[in-house]
Amino acid sequence: MATATEPHGPSGLQLSLVNTRTLMDRVLTVLALLFAAFALFPLFSVLYMLVVRGGHLLSPTLFTELTPGAGMEGGGIGNAVLGTLVVVVLASVFSLPLGILAAVYLAEYAGESRLGTVVRFAGKVLTGMPSILAGVFAYAAIVVAAKSFSALAGGVAMAILMVPTIMLTGEQALRAVPEKMRLAALGMGASRMETTLRVVLPTALPGILTGVMLALARAMGETAPLLFTALFSDYWFDGKLNAPIASMSVLIYNFSGSPFAHLSELAWAASLVLVVIVLALNVLAQVLIRRPKEF
Amino acid sequence: MNMEIPMSAPDAANAPAATRARGAVDKGPLVMDCRVKRIHYGQFLAVRDAEIPIVTNEITAFIGPSGCGKSTVLRCLNRMNDFVPGFRLEGSVRFRGQDIYAHGVDPVAVRRSIGMVFQQPNPFATSIYNNVAFGLKLNRFKGDHAERVEQALRGAALWDEVKDKLHTSGLALSGGQQQRLCIARAIAVEPDLLLMDEPCSALDPIATRKVEELMLELKERYTIAIVTHNLQQAQRVADRTAFLFVDTTAGGRTGYLIEYRPTSELFGDPREEQTKAYIRGEFS
Repeated sequence: MATATEPHGPSGLQLSLVNTRTLMDRVLTVLALLFAAFALFPLFSVLYMLVVRGGHLLSPTLFTELTPGAGMEGGGIGNAVLGTLVVVVLASVFSLPLGILAAVYLAEYAGESRLGTVVRFAGKVLTGMPSILAGVFAYAAIVVAAKSFSALAGGVAMAILMVPTIMLTGEQALRAVPEKMRLAALGMGASRMETTLRVVLPTALPGILTGVMLALARAMGETAPLLFTALFSDYWFDGKLNAPIASMSVLIYNFSGSPFAHLSELAWAASLVLVVIVLALNVLAQVLIRRPKEF
Repeated sequence: MNMEIPMSAPDAANAPAATRARGAVDKGPLVMDCRVKRIHYGQFLAVRDAEIPIVTNEITAFIGPSGCGKSTVLRCLNRMNDFVPGFRLEGSVRFRGQDIYAHGVDPVAVRRSIGMVFQQPNPFATSIYNNVAFGLKLNRFKGDHAERVEQALRGAALWDEVKDKLHTSGLALSGGQQQRLCIARAIAVEPDLLLMDEPCSALDPIATRKVEELMLELKERYTIAIVTHNLQQAQRVADRTAFLFVDTTAGGRTGYLIEYRPTSELFGDPREEQTKAYIRGEFS
């Protein structure tokens, strides 16, 4: 029998389950597998639940029809899907230039300067900020001032949530561009700005887009910031950014508590659609990360 | 100054003076008149007394032990040291008669006329074509880009290997090919001077030999200054060789020029004791 005291004896090379080391190894491996499965359980049970409860409503009309009134049958979530897209596009218009330019400042110009450190710290704090605060801020800054709930205010609230993620992941992506590439560009007679625009940003683009996807995925699912700003609308988006607008997350919030069974079914369907979109964005982000980056 | 050659040229040199032969340089016009008196990084004196005039259509090699400042001097020639915090130069570096450290000179413009090839191959993360066309776009070159790209790749002896995959990534090439791509990128803008900072130290012997053959071909059209750790390489390619050494007597580590002469003379009949010891391989 193999014993720990005779590791070099001929029998010491035999695999034995009685050996405590081998035994512990097996036990821990099984435990780790169990916990990994346990961690996956919530995700798949939620997906299962959504498919079971909302899946049967999936049809083209779900996306082409307006939300029905209380007690009515039929209808869809078309205005909410479109509304979420409008708000997300608005939020991207505000947050992409801001976040990416801030990332460029942090990675290419700030170095270890005081301002850079402060901005980076503020970014980290903002990433963890409860999303309702973004809503309250946009409410006070825009809704109260304009005396109207609006898609615009919703976009701003969402942009506040997106900027720190875009900025911080963007900085990491830019820093991952090897210094020798910057030197190559500078040595060719490119200015700092030309180096950043022509070499560093294009090289870091997949990483920057990953951050954008993650920020979008997070912002899309948020309800609190939209409750205070975009509110909801039972009608199609008509091009007015200064009017309330529907969104999937607020639809889920409103309809899930409804006493009418059909409305809460629509909430399940909207949840399913939202989760699928968020998952798709996350998968896209993963694909961008995995693209070979052999600098 | 350990050089026994009289350094006669007065600083009041006008344009012709920069092209006048003097000291170690006994023929040909100068493309670069490097007269470094002192280079500081902050308080640290990195290099002193390095006068290395570079003759047109020649290859000038900088050799010497680690820390002798040969790369530092090379990077002075296109103001790449400007990016190092605390860098300060005393002396003058005249490029076609114009002091590139004079007030009002744009370092970006200097670097556009002086190409640089680095120790590590550093192509951009883009296609082979775009790598070579980079400088053309930067300079808003009006002519035929495709023609220039082909010409530069041929010049860098890389055309036959890449002509069918110009639009694949430059990073997919082998190390030696990447370095020749970097050379193509540098010569596409037809620089007046090509600086090479240990261009073969990351390459295997076959790739090294290719780059060396290439340098000898490029000499016909360009002027090259190369830093190398490899004495055989200096002997194989360089017309003139500058030997720098480290002075530790004052407590610091300051590089300075020992001898600058035609390569065959420097290796065949070194005048200074340090040179003799170095080329015998007594220290590295």
